[in-house]
This record gives sequence, C-alpha cells and structure tokens, in this order.
Amino acid sequence: MAFEKYDFTPLTQSIHQGLLENVSPLMTMIIEWTIIGLLYLVFVAVFGLFLVYAERKVCAAFQQRLGPMRVGPWGLLQTIADFIKLLMKELIQPKSVDSFLYNLAPFVVIIVPFLTISVLPFAPGLQSLDFDIGVFFVTAVSSVGVIGVLLAGWASNNKYSLIGGMRSGAQIVSYELSVGMSLITMIILAGTMQISEIVELQRNGWFIFKGHIPAVIAFFVFVIAGTAETNRGPFDLAEAESELTAGFHTEYSGIKFAFFFLAEYINLFIVSAMAVTVFLGGWMPFHVGGWDGFNAIMDLIPGLVWFFAKVLGIIFLIMWFKWTFPRLRIDQILTLEWKYLLPINLFNILLMAFIVLMGWHW
Amino acid sequence: MAELKEIIISSDNIKTDEYLVNMGPQHPSTHGVLRLLVKLEGEIVHNVQPHVGYIHSGIEKMTESLSYTQIPHLTDRMDYLSAHMNNEAVVCVENALEVEVPERVKYIRTIMAELQRIASHQLWWCATGMDLGALTTFFYGLRDREDILDIFEETCGARLTLNYSLPGGVMFDIHPNFQNRVKTFIKKFKKILPEYDELLTGNVIFQERSKGIGVLSKEDAIAFGVTGPSGRASGFSCDVRKHQPYSAYPLVKFNEALGTEGDTFRRYQLRIAEMWESMSIIEQLIDNIPEGDYTAKMKGVIKLPEGEFFQRVETARGELGVYIVSDGKKNPYRVKFRSPGFSNLFAINHIAKGWKIADLVAIMATFDLVIPDIDR
Repeated sequence: MAFEKYDFTPLTQSIHQGLLENVSPLMTMIIEWTIIGLLYLVFVAVFGLFLVYAERKVCAAFQQRLGPMRVGPWGLLQTIADFIKLLMKELIQPKSVDSFLYNLAPFVVIIVPFLTISVLPFAPGLQSLDFDIGVFFVTAVSSVGVIGVLLAGWASNNKYSLIGGMRSGAQIVSYELSVGMSLITMIILAGTMQISEIVELQRNGWFIFKGHIPAVIAFFVFVIAGTAETNRGPFDLAEAESELTAGFHTEYSGIKFAFFFLAEYINLFIVSAMAVTVFLGGWMPFHVGGWDGFNAIMDLIPGLVWFFAKVLGIIFLIMWFKWTFPRLRIDQILTLEWKYLLPINLFNILLMAFIVLMGWHW
Repeated sequence: MAELKEIIISSDNIKTDEYLVNMGPQHPSTHGVLRLLVKLEGEIVHNVQPHVGYIHSGIEKMTESLSYTQIPHLTDRMDYLSAHMNNEAVVCVENALEVEVPERVKYIRTIMAELQRIASHQLWWCATGMDLGALTTFFYGLRDREDILDIFEETCGARLTLNYSLPGGVMFDIHPNFQNRVKTFIKKFKKILPEYDELLTGNVIFQERSKGIGVLSKEDAIAFGVTGPSGRASGFSCDVRKHQPYSAYPLVKFNEALGTEGDTFRRYQLRIAEMWESMSIIEQLIDNIPEGDYTAKMKGVIKLPEGEFFQRVETARGELGVYIVSDGKKNPYRVKFRSPGFSNLFAINHIAKGWKIADLVAIMATFDLVIPDIDR
C-alpha cells in the first residue's frame, strides 16, 4: 500500500530503540512519557487556539464580517494575544464561594480532553494508547467533564451558575446515552472496541458506507448528540448568554476561565475526531471501488492530512449549527433526546445487529 | 422493603423552595438597565416584578421649564429607536395652535416615520434572534438598518436622535437624493426581507420556542393597555394611524396587521408584516411629495392657549400619548407622555407565569422593550 510510507511506526520505534540502548528501561519510559505529555500539551494549546481563531473566522463569514484582522496577518495572532491577556488577568474569587470546589472545577474540566485525546489515532503509528476497550474508554472518560461543570455551577454560589450547572448536568447525562448508543451501533458492525483495529477495518471502505442505513443514522445521531455533549449551540443552554449571562463559568476569570474555554474547543475536536475515527475511516484515505487511478492519487496524501481534513470538516459542520440555529429550551432538549434520539438509537442498534447477523455488511 | 418505604416517605419531605433572581439591571437580554425580580422554582417562572427607574431622566419635569420648540429635542431621547415618531408628537402643539402645516411636511414626516419604523423593527428582529440564541441575525439586521440610518444622516445630519420635526414643520428640507435613495432602499430591502424569514421564521427550533408561548388574550391586552404590534398580535385593533390618522396617513392605503393568537410567534410575525406595510406606505408617498415649504410660518415664541391638549401617535412600540396642560405661558404647565413601553412591560408578569426562564427572555424580546421609553 502506497500510504504506508507515511507510517509513523518506524520513527517511534527508532526513538524507543535508541533510548533503550542508551538509558535504563525505567528512564526510557519516563522520557517517553514526558515527550508524549509535552506533545499533547503543545497540541492542545496550539490546536485550541487555532480552533478559537477558526470559530471567529467561520462565524464572521456567516455574519458577513471579516472577523479578527488587526493582530498579525489576517488576525492570525489574535487568539495568541487573547490567551496572553487571559494569562495575565487577575484571578478574581468571589467572597462566598466554596473555595476548594471552585478552584478544583476548571482542572476537572480540562483534564478530560487530555485523557480522551490519548486514545485517538492521528495517523498510522501515531497513537499513544491503544486499549482493547478504546471506545469504551472515551465514553467513560468524557462523562467526567460534567462533574467539573456541576462543581463550577455549585461552588460559584451564583444562581445563574447553579441553573447553568444543573442544565448542563441534565443535558450531558441524557446525551451521553445517545453518544454511547450510536457508538455501540458501530461496535456491533466492527466487532471490536480497539480503536486502531476499528480504523484498520475501514481500509477497504469507511463504516458510514459499509454499515448501510443504520451507520448513516448513527452518524447523524452521533453528531447531534456530540454537539450537545460539548455544550455548543444550539444546545449551549449551560452558558446561554442571553438567559444566564455566562452560566456555570460566570464567576471565573483569567486562566480559570480560559480552561473552560479551551476545554470546550478541545472537546469539540474530540467529538469530531471520534466521529471521523468511527464513521469516516480515521486517517484512511477516501477510496472508490474500481477507480484504481483515483485511489492511487488519494493514497499519496498522508494519513495525518486526511485525519485533520475530515476532523476540520466535522468541526465546520458543528460551527455551522451554532451560528445558524436558535437555542433550544431545556425541556425541548430533553424531549429531543428521550423521545426521539433514544428510541431511534435503540431501533438502530437492532437494525445493525440484524444486518451483521445476516452478514450484509462486508 | 421497609427501607424503601422510608426512602419514599422521606423523599416526600424534600422541600423545593422558590428563589429570587435579579435579572438586571445589567443583564444581556433586558436590553438596557431594566431590573426584573424573577421568582423561580427550578426553571419555572412564578412571578416577574419589574423595577424601573434606573435611568429615569426626568424628561416630563424638564419640559416644564423648556419652550415648545425645545421640547421635541427631548422626546427622541425617550424611545430612541422610534425617535422620529416621538418627534411627531409636535402634532399636538400644532393642533393646539390650529396651525395648518404644509402638505409637503406631512409627506416627509410620514415617510420618515415609516423608515424609522422599519429601522426599529430591524433592530428588534436582530435582538430577538440574539435573545433566542441565533447570533447571526444580529448582524443581518444591523447591516440593513445601516442603509436607513445613512438616509437619515443625509436628510438631517443625525442617525439616531433625529430632532427633525419641530412645531410647524421639519427642520430642513429633504436632500435632493432623498427620493432616489429611499426607492433604492425599498427595492433592496424587498429582496432581503424574505431572507429574514428563511433564517429565523421558518426555523423549526425558533417555531418550537415561540409558538403558543406567552399567550396574551385580547381582553388582557386591552386591560393592560398593551398597544402596538404586541397588542395587535392579540387582536386588539389599536393602530392610531388607522383610527385617528395624522400627518399623511389619511392619504395612504395600508392594512393594519392583526393577529388572534397573541403568542410570541404571532408578535414576531406581526412586526415582519408591519415592515412590509411600511414599505408599501413609503412607496405610495415617495413619488408624490408635493412642492412647497418645509415649515409653516411660526412665531418666534410659541405660546399655547390655556387648556389641555392630547395627541396620540403610533410609534414602533405602540401608542405614544402626549398630554399638555398649558396655562398660556411659553412653557407648558405640565406634560405627560403616555409611553407604550411602560404599559407593555407590566403585561409580562401576567403572561410569563408558569413558563421557563428561556420563555421569559423570548417574551421580553417580542415585547420590544426600550428602557428609556419606560423610564423617561
């Protein structure tokens, strides 16, 4: 296969071997962990800032504006300047907050994307953890984030924050079901929860094409529920600016606010990356059966580029939602989940199971 | 089993309390310094107590020491989005003096008033979208409003507080470009207005959020004195332009948009319909502006005869009443403005009860409150 030449495994293996030859195995492990940790930190910071910039540009395009244009060429340095500003801002802590929980909440919220990101395969050989329960790990870990939001809402001692936190709790707990179930649908198709294997199985066709109608339904449900899970419009009830001023992070300032802000964007990335990995073939190139010339050209594009192109496509879609739709009301959000998405999902799982049982999926 | 029973019994004893939330004076969706003391149980609104007065500017009292030519300059600070319609309240002075203003003035005033109405409804539209979470509407509305403000600027130099009408006429004659620019705007806006519907009105989420929410019955509308589009959405025919025509309104044909449902969606639709009506009114007048003076001959110092005078005009928010008590001097003895926003605001408590916070925001948005209009 032509695209194997973009495989990162030789690079990582040679680093590993080189380290083993020169230092003790324990030191090797420590150095590798540090490198990986730093890479993720840098990636989260840079990509988070890029997503903020992208959001501002996308929303500007929808609203017939230019967006940031002053700082750097096309405003490219705007988000960096904003971030520096947030870093230098005073951390204001209101008098009557529950100090411990108040300070804990932003960390809980920011830890979640770091945990989840560790199992995502960016390109062949570029995945730091490859569990046999990878998909399960993602759903399990991503549900921790809501604890941070609830803590922030509760500890701020502000009624708006509390309403925002409770809304967010009700919403995320509900929509996790849909995210999980649409993933289960695809696990039935794949027969494995190991993420690297899920990607590998899509070598000769992405799951959204292989899985017939249930996969398409599951994809749409996943994107809707994922949007809700990341608290983004039209499901941004937890912060609902026009109702609750800023919802659960009303009382946060400076870098603590930036944590919530960054976590939202990285969660957006993770939801999109999961959608890409499970439905759109991860880093696999786009192939059309029979068109060998076309496929050969597609293979020339590195897996990393494929992955990010697909992820950015999904992110654009989710941003499009936000800047077009009005916000739902809390009871409507729960109705959508419990009365529509959940039954559809349950039926969808049955349908997928039936298709796999009949062996129509390969 | 016994434990389960205990749990069930103890869960009955869990008390949920009502709690108070201050919406405002600084809140994104009160559109100004309005303070609503909202009593909530969970998300459900039990009571809305408006507290006004945060930006009370004492306009009514100030008028008592100002001359009749100075007072109109204060009126457009009340409801700044329908500044010209407020200025038009000078009709009251003209009627009191029994001055016949030139036809040209009537035409100009009516065209300006309808342009102002469209501009006001555009801003209302973008703010409503924003309150409901559709942020893009904000920029669409403001973009189109800019065209009208440019016309205003060319006509009288001001964009927001126009100060254009004075007792006896208008301040300056219209700019030679005026007719052309208005016609270009109407042509352009007729294409853009359906876009508003595509973006917001037809949206499923928007309809879910607004249909059947905050129903104001016709009887309640009359009882609370809710006028303007908000009252007409409930079926209360209260258009002063129709019932007590002033300026050039007797000369034009237009429909008074009326609804029956009185819910948030109807109030929304009604304002969109009013924009169409306003455009048709302007179209009927713009080509026929008669030649003549732009002001009647007035004395340097206006003195109203002794007595009480009342005049109603239709602003973008409803009925503005001007009540002047004169003792024959150059200043009025007492002036009372009956502002539409004040009456409309107090109907909110009645219809928001039992709905959620998000609905309260939607209801407030479709009542189109302008706070200086309430506080004066």
